[in-house]
Amino acid sequence: MKDQRLETRVDTQTIKIEARKAQVYYGTNHAIKDVDVDIMDKTVTAFIGPSGCGKSTFLRCLNRMNDTIPSCRVEGSITLEGESIYDPRVDPVQLRARIGMVFQKPNPFPKSIYDNVAYGPKIHGLTRNKAELDAIVESCLRKAALWNEVKDRLQAPGTGLSGGQQQRLCIARAITTSPEVLLMDEPCSALDPIATAQVEELIDELRSQFSVVIVTHSMQQAARVSQRTAFFHLGNLVEFGETGQIFTNPKDPRTESYISGRIG
Amino acid sequence: MTAPISLKGSPLHPRAAIDTRASLLLQDPRTKARNATEKRFRAYGLSAIVVALLALVWLLVSIFGNGLPAFRQTFMTIPVTLDAALLDKGGKRDPADLSKATTVAYGKLLAASLGAEITAKGIDLGGMDAKALAKMISEESPATLRNRVLADPSLIGTTINFTLLASGRIDGYYKGRVSMESAALDKNTSPEQLAMADKLKAAGVLSTSFNTGFMTMPDASDKRPEAAGLGVAIVGSLYMMFVVLALALPIGVATSVYLEEFAPKNNFTDLIEVNIANLAAVPSIVYGILGLSIFINFAGLPQSAPIVGGLVLTLMTLPRIIIPTRAALKAVPPSIRDAALGIGASRLQTITHHVLPLAMPGILTGTIIGLAQALGETAPLLLIGMVAFVRDFPGAPPEGLFDPASALPVQIYNWTQRGDPGFVERASGAIIVLLVFLIAMNAVAIYFRRKFERRW
Repeated sequence: MKDQRLETRVDTQTIKIEARKAQVYYGTNHAIKDVDVDIMDKTVTAFIGPSGCGKSTFLRCLNRMNDTIPSCRVEGSITLEGESIYDPRVDPVQLRARIGMVFQKPNPFPKSIYDNVAYGPKIHGLTRNKAELDAIVESCLRKAALWNEVKDRLQAPGTGLSGGQQQRLCIARAITTSPEVLLMDEPCSALDPIATAQVEELIDELRSQFSVVIVTHSMQQAARVSQRTAFFHLGNLVEFGETGQIFTNPKDPRTESYISGRIG
Repeated sequence: MTAPISLKGSPLHPRAAIDTRASLLLQDPRTKARNATEKRFRAYGLSAIVVALLALVWLLVSIFGNGLPAFRQTFMTIPVTLDAALLDKGGKRDPADLSKATTVAYGKLLAASLGAEITAKGIDLGGMDAKALAKMISEESPATLRNRVLADPSLIGTTINFTLLASGRIDGYYKGRVSMESAALDKNTSPEQLAMADKLKAAGVLSTSFNTGFMTMPDASDKRPEAAGLGVAIVGSLYMMFVVLALALPIGVATSVYLEEFAPKNNFTDLIEVNIANLAAVPSIVYGILGLSIFINFAGLPQSAPIVGGLVLTLMTLPRIIIPTRAALKAVPPSIRDAALGIGASRLQTITHHVLPLAMPGILTGTIIGLAQALGETAPLLLIGMVAFVRDFPGAPPEGLFDPASALPVQIYNWTQRGDPGFVERASGAIIVLLVFLIAMNAVAIYFRRKFERRW
C-alpha cells in the first residue's frame, strides 16, 4: 500500500458539484438525510461506508440515474457549477453527457470494442466523419490504458474481454463524451487485485482531466486513490474531509469505529 | 463442549430418526420411501410422454394415410379435334359467338374424342354409349377446355393433346376407395367404366401423376372432388398472414415497449396488464363476433375478405405477441440499460439501440408462434363469412385484400362437411399442407432465434 498517497495535496479548490441538504426517498423510506458535499474539480472523492448506507444512492443522484426508479424522490439542492441539476428545465440526457458513470459490474454492450467506445460520440453527434470518430476511439482507449491490448481487435466483441479489460473499456466509453465529472460505483468490486491496481492507476491519471467520484467498500482503495473522503452511515454523511485526515485523525467516533473495523 | 445428542428414544416419528451408527451401505426406511417416490414420479412422466407420442403417431399416420393420395391424381391425355362447326357456328371467331358454345357442347366433344381414342387404340367399346363415356370424365374438364378455347380462339379447327381429369370415381378406384362391388351399387359409375379405365391405363391413355392442381386450383362443387384445390385458400391465408404481420408486429411491439419501459406503474396500467393476459385466453370465436360487429357491420368492410380476416386475427394475435415481447424486454439485463443511460442516451435510444436488439429473438419467436396460431384459426373466420364457396382468385394486393377468399383451416372444415368420399382425402391433404406451413413457420422462428441470439 502506497501510504504516501495519503499525503497527496488537493490540487484545486474549484467546486464542481455542490450538494446542500440533499434528501432521497424511496417511497416512504428516507434513504439519504441532509447530505452536504462539495465535489472539487480535478480531485478524486471517495464515498465509503457500510452496505446500505446510501453512498451508491447518493452517487446515482449526481447524474440523475435515480430517475429510472419510479419511487425515488430527491429533495434539497444539488448543483453542477451553480446550476441545479434537478431543475425541471434540465434534460437528464444532457446532464449525463457531462457527468459520466462507470458501474459496479463491467457492462459493455454486446457489440464490438469499437462500437462500444464510439457509441457516446455517435449519439451526441460529436464527430463529423469516420476519421474523427476513429481518433476519439483511439484517444479514449489510450486514456483508459487499453489501446495496446485491443488495437488489433477493435471489431472483436467487447464482452469477450477479461473482467478488468471490460471495466477499462467501460471507463473508455464513459470518457468519450469528455465529461467533467466521472462517477464510479464500486468499479473494482468485480475485479481481481491486478486488474484493480490497473484501474486505480487509471483513476489517478484521469484526475488530471476530470473530477472523479468513487464509491468503494475498500478503505485501502479509498486511501490509495482519493484526496477527499466522505463517510456515510445509515443515510447520514458522518464526516467529510481530506483523505489523510479521515484515515489518520477522524473527528467522529463512528468514522473511527468504521475505519478501525469495529462497525460495518 | 456439549454432550452428543442422542436420537434414541426421542418422541419423533421412528422414520425421522437417522441412526448414526447404521451402515452407509444400507438404506434406511425413509431413504427407501423417498427413492420409491422419485421412481414412481419418473414412471408417470415417462408413461405420459409415451402416450403423447403414440397419439401423435396415430394422428400423423391417419392424416398422411388419408391425405397423401390427394397429391396424386388420375389424368387422361387424348387428342381433341376442336371442330369449328361445333364450337364456332358463326365462323368469325367472334368472342360473343364463341361463348354461345356451352360446356355441354364441350362435354359432348370430349366424350366423342374419348370414344374415338378408345377405338383408335383398338379397345372394344363394349357397348358403352357417349353418356357412359362422359361419366368417366370429370365435369370440370369441359369447362377447362372451354376456357382454354375462349382464351385462345386460334385453337379452333386444330387438334390438340388435351389432358383431362378422370372422374372422381375412377380416381378413387386407383386410390383404393372404389371397388368393382361398390361401383355396381353406384349410379355415378359402373364396373364397365372401371374396366375401361384399366384398359386405357394399359394403353397409356390414362395415368396417375403428381397433382399440381391441388395447390393451384380453386375449390370445386360437391360433385367434383377431383377438381378441388387449395389455391384460393392458400392465397387467402397468405393475405391474412400479411395483414396480421403488418399490423400485429408493430402494434404489439410498440405496446409492449410502452407498457414495459415508459408507462407509469399504477392501478390503471395493472388493469391493462391483467386484461391483456385475459385477452390471450378469450375464445377465438368471440373475436369473430367482435370482428363481425366492428369491421363488417360498423365499418362496412366486405364479407369473406382477407382484410377483415386479417384484422380479426390481428386482434386475436396481439395479446399473444405482447406477452412474450414484454417477457423478452424484461429479460434484458438492467446493466445494459444503465450503461446506455449513463453515457447519455435517451430512453428511446436506449431501447432501440440496445434493449430491442437483445430482446429480438424472444420477440420474433413470440410473433411467429402467434402467426402460426392465427394461420390455424378457424372459428373467427366462420363468423365473418370466409366459409363461403369461393372459386375466383382474389386480385393482387392491396385491392385483392378486399376480394372474397377462403382460408386453409376453413377450407379443411368446409371439405369435411361434403358428402363425396373424395373430399375426405382432400381435407386430409389440406391438413398436410397446413402442417407443412406451420412447421416451416416454426423452423423460421428457430432460425431467427439462433441468428439474433447474442451473449452479454
